[in-house]
Amino acid sequence: MPRWFFPASVVCFLMFVASPVLIANAPYEATMGLVQKIFYYHVPSAMTFFVAAFVCGVNSWRYLFGKSAQADRVAAAAAELAVVFGAITLVTGPLWARKSWGVWWQWDVRLTSSLMMWMIFVAYLLVRKYGGAGSEKLAAGLALFGMANVPFVYISVNVWRTIHPTTNVVPTLPVSMGGPFWFCLAAFLLLFVLLLQLRVQLERQRARVDALYLALED
Amino acid sequence: MTRRLFASLLLVLTLAPGAAARQPSQPPQRQDEFVPLSELPPEERLPSAPLLVAAYAFVWLALGGYVLSVARRLTSVQKEVERLDADVRRGTRA
Repeated sequence: MPRWFFPASVVCFLMFVASPVLIANAPYEATMGLVQKIFYYHVPSAMTFFVAAFVCGVNSWRYLFGKSAQADRVAAAAAELAVVFGAITLVTGPLWARKSWGVWWQWDVRLTSSLMMWMIFVAYLLVRKYGGAGSEKLAAGLALFGMANVPFVYISVNVWRTIHPTTNVVPTLPVSMGGPFWFCLAAFLLLFVLLLQLRVQLERQRARVDALYLALED
Repeated sequence: MTRRLFASLLLVLTLAPGAAARQPSQPPQRQDEFVPLSELPPEERLPSAPLLVAAYAFVWLALGGYVLSVARRLTSVQKEVERLDADVRRGTRA
């Protein structure tokens, strides 16, 4: 593990411990009130979901066209993280929507495309686990489609009519709301980097196990 | 007789929704008073706190569970690496 891993883990843990205090002190939003505070974890988890999808896609590209085994390990790790952060986004969103929209779920373009993107990464993991020999390449192809979805999901709220807030909300946040938001986003991104490191280490060790079994057979 | 009955039933079923649609829609009832939120019956209120707590609890549990799962998988793979390393070393010595 790199030298920065342990101090960064401590910083990340402290950031997550401090985040509820900052969120509690942030002002209530005028129309949604208390339930709007889900925003401080919902949006950072969605952004981390996008980052994970992008990292998975770029590394799958490097694996497919550059034959880099390390890139394949990073892609597999990022895909699992995309599923975790995507699940957080897809669960916290409906909890917020139930109060502010009156429904748990709406089949509008942002929600539906996010669900589709999440399902692509679930498919990636299933293909890798049960696809047999050569499934890494098939999964890498899937990851490219998953990555291609990222800009589509992001701009969907600005292009199509939807009840989901647009992308203008975050840049126009007042400092009292923006401070906790950017703090939470930093905590989520740091957590993503740490988990990616840990998960890549797991893939590296698995590759080593395979190499050792081959050495024993020889 | 049965055929005629079936035909009439089919006619009624076909025309009924159209007739219902042609009925002038009732305008929404005018509001005569404003009711404070605190006076709403409990079953009509939707409190925010349980939704907020559920969202944050889910995030913490999901992330904690995932960290534990990766740590457990990593420990078991590392043990396997050590065992196989020892086997390979024993094999090369023999």
